[in-house]
Amino acid sequence: MTTTHRAEPVRIIEPAPEPLTVGGRALRSRLIVGTGKYADFDTMRRCLDASGADVVTVAVRRERLFNERGESLLDFIDLDRFTILPNTAGCFSAEDAVRVARLGRDILEQLENPGASWVKLEVLGDRKTLLPDPAGTLEATRELVADGFEVLAYSSDDPIAAVRLRDAGSASVMPAGSPIGSGLGVLNPANISLCLELLREDAPVYPVIVDAGVGTASDVAVAMELGADGVLLNTGIAHAADAERMAHAMRLACIAGYHAARAGRIEKKRYASASSPWEGVVSHIPGE
Amino acid sequence: MIAMRITLNNEEIEVAEGATLADLIEDRGLTRAACATEVNRRLIRKNERPDTPIKPGDRIEIVTLVGGG
Repeated sequence: MTTTHRAEPVRIIEPAPEPLTVGGRALRSRLIVGTGKYADFDTMRRCLDASGADVVTVAVRRERLFNERGESLLDFIDLDRFTILPNTAGCFSAEDAVRVARLGRDILEQLENPGASWVKLEVLGDRKTLLPDPAGTLEATRELVADGFEVLAYSSDDPIAAVRLRDAGSASVMPAGSPIGSGLGVLNPANISLCLELLREDAPVYPVIVDAGVGTASDVAVAMELGADGVLLNTGIAHAADAERMAHAMRLACIAGYHAARAGRIEKKRYASASSPWEGVVSHIPGE
Repeated sequence: MIAMRITLNNEEIEVAEGATLADLIEDRGLTRAACATEVNRRLIRKNERPDTPIKPGDRIEIVTLVGGG
């Protein structure tokens, strides 16, 4: 009589990432996504949903109160679900960034959205690279913090600049992986790692979010595996050929990277290490 | 109607003398839009708009939220 052995099935419950606390708010998702550059509002809405994000960024602009179809961005964002994080994109001075932040706050206060006191601070130094102006960003951070804002400061990956922004009172520092919209991913992992190390020396739970440059899901995973608390991206989803599928991929990569960072990866070795035992090998092994 | 020339969102327009900021919002069909307003770079809150008369030469901004990263 033949006996068939069958292992007992194992029921695995995937651990949920810890919520991320930024500016006094606990976020379930560690992915923050932008609302720009989508082919249309409906695609955007589907992608925001697929991304699993709790927080979405928006811009403040004077034109286009409604588009040619009479639609407004806010008609397509569930304000009960999403915290709206207004940015100061397009500002090249601290003065302009502070002004735009206050305009954004005024709108979100009217909407009674919890993002009203938040700002994604961008003070840009150059139109071609959209790299941040460190001096202007620091100046604006101080002013906005004094005015009661929770500042999420877009920074370069310079660890010292990041520390200065934290010390100025930023709720989060957001070092760039690479230039905005470039899709180059995390160009300098060593610097991001140093940002994380220095920012957490005196504040172990300080939230650090890698912002900008994400091209595909592995870039999100890399940032999370380096130890980032979250990732902020826009173009990587919005301009993907299948944006909705990419939104799913980004969500999964964020969770994958989060767990990998905590799972204790193996050390890199120069030579191979067989996964199957040598003992009992039937074949001839060269050199033996 | 006596018209006043003002600058709205960096474009010169005419509005009726005596108009308030709230009137301007209504004339532009923006009552339903969530927007923020500035007159000469000073933020004017929504509840202040009916009490904010527009003066000739005022530089007014009406902004809203758009898609962004």
